[in-house]
Amino acid sequence: MNARTVTALFLPLTAVLILAVALSATLGFLNVSIPDVFIILFAKLSGQTQPAGIDPVAATVVADVRMPRILASVLVGGLLGISGAVFQAILLNPLADSYTLGISTGAAFGASLVIVLQIFGLALPSGVTIPVFAFAGGVGTLAVVLFLASGDRRLSSTSLILAGVIVAAILSAAIGFLKFLADEQVGLIIFWLMGSLAGASWSNILLLTPTALFGALVAVFYSRDLNIMATGDRAATSLGVNTVRLRLILLTVSTLMTALAVSVSGIIGFVGLIVPHMLRHMVGPDNRLLIPLSFFTGGLLLLIADTLTRAVLPVEVPIGVLTALLGGPFFCILFKKRQQDGKTAF
Amino acid sequence: MARPLSEQHTDLLWSLAGVNFSYNGTPVLRDISLELRHGCCYGILGPNGSGKTTLLDLLGGLQAPQSGTIEFQGRPLHAWPKKQLARLLALVPQDFMVRFGFSVREVVEMGLHPHLHRFAAPNEAEQVLIDEALEVTGIAALASRPVTRLSGGEKQRVAVARALAQKPTVLLLDEATSNLDIHHSLEILHLIRERFDQQGMQVVAVMHDLNLAAFFCDQLIFLKEGQIVCQGPTNAVLTPENIETVYGVEAEVTANTFTNSRQVSFRLPVHP
Repeated sequence: MNARTVTALFLPLTAVLILAVALSATLGFLNVSIPDVFIILFAKLSGQTQPAGIDPVAATVVADVRMPRILASVLVGGLLGISGAVFQAILLNPLADSYTLGISTGAAFGASLVIVLQIFGLALPSGVTIPVFAFAGGVGTLAVVLFLASGDRRLSSTSLILAGVIVAAILSAAIGFLKFLADEQVGLIIFWLMGSLAGASWSNILLLTPTALFGALVAVFYSRDLNIMATGDRAATSLGVNTVRLRLILLTVSTLMTALAVSVSGIIGFVGLIVPHMLRHMVGPDNRLLIPLSFFTGGLLLLIADTLTRAVLPVEVPIGVLTALLGGPFFCILFKKRQQDGKTAF
Repeated sequence: MARPLSEQHTDLLWSLAGVNFSYNGTPVLRDISLELRHGCCYGILGPNGSGKTTLLDLLGGLQAPQSGTIEFQGRPLHAWPKKQLARLLALVPQDFMVRFGFSVREVVEMGLHPHLHRFAAPNEAEQVLIDEALEVTGIAALASRPVTRLSGGEKQRVAVARALAQKPTVLLLDEATSNLDIHHSLEILHLIRERFDQQGMQVVAVMHDLNLAAFFCDQLIFLKEGQIVCQGPTNAVLTPENIETVYGVEAEVTANTFTNSRQVSFRLPVHP
């Protein structure tokens, strides 16, 4: 892969993404033209007042309601895509994602806990909000998983997965108990667990953007080392890759990415699993390509799903449900097609 | 295969003194003291579980001993930066497994990792090096195939090609040809021996097959239960007595004119 391939691939992808964002911003209850979207955004970003020709209501809707939500969908999708690719490469398992180590389940537990406490009407300190607890739940889970797996000095993928599966099972049971406690108001938990980008704000974007940039840079920085890890620990070490340190760094970074994404959007399954998985079958397993592509594809997929539920469907379907409903059948088709081509199934 | 003259090379590669290694409390290697020098093709032999692979891992810096010192080229092994060590030492592991469908060429290219800047693409000379490594190991025709779909023997040749692409000073082989049929084993060993004879690439090989070892190595190190039983030139230490001590089988060692090396036949000891 050289500089020219990178440019040839990522320039068009960036253009497609920008166009998709603009197109999505025109859709909704109020119709706005694409040029107007760009004018409104330019004015908003440069801090000027909106020009005279623009409907002030449209300007507010696009700039303060639609745009944060649209950008959040791209960033959350991208973060989930990258972290999925990294989890799969580290755990040497094409079916891994943030659930495998219990990270997303931990975030769900954190959020459910706050919701139940709110239902019981406890006066919570102002710092105790659903996003903060979701984030803490995800990061805390990684800490527990690493502690459990640390008996194995090499921190092998088998130890990590085993520890993750155990912790996730306990957390799932705990979430079940919290749902039981919530009784008639269990809908609040379920709604959060199915994910939604409806509440996304500009302050979310200010948090998500640097995280996505930082996470993508770290993941791309180590992408060649990740490739080499696929050939086994001993072989990787003999090529000068510090496997234990690499696993620690990348697990931490992808956990931060996942936890932050989840704290903004709630649980959105499928993107982290399916996006890198499908891409691997289209462009090969080279992480130098796979990781950045996972960002674009994840972002685009979630943007499309969110636009559908926001502006096209008659009622708003929870986004986590929609991604699985859209992605699932697509995955099935690909799966059957590969079998017919005589290739081994995934 | 031409037997090299015992050359006057005496530059020291490794020196181990009082090395102990245990794995989760179980001693694997005990009080190993050893010197490995430039100009000899070394074979490490011994029964299963005698610590051969662990010794190779210690030489390669993949594991650190609990006590004792290991120096490589006069400098403590643990003080070497990992990347710098990877430019000098290449390992061909026993069961080379790749978890994702990288192409054969991509896997061989990974051998350049310690030589390449993080974001650099291989230059023309390095591309030639890859082509050559693919060619000599006989896998050039498989270059674009996913390595996950190769047979065990083909995978093993990919591992050898990758190690060659690493341009090492010393090649560490961990039963690298155990999975190969006799033709491919000989081909690979011959190829490595050629690099040793002509380009001075040093070799330390863990081996199972005594006859291949006799044919391939100038010096043998026999391990049993984590200790060195004997070491020395192949012709001096490959004796029925040593083989019986180490493996517990009766052996007959003959000078074979066909292979131009010592060859061993075995049988289980007959108990009265």
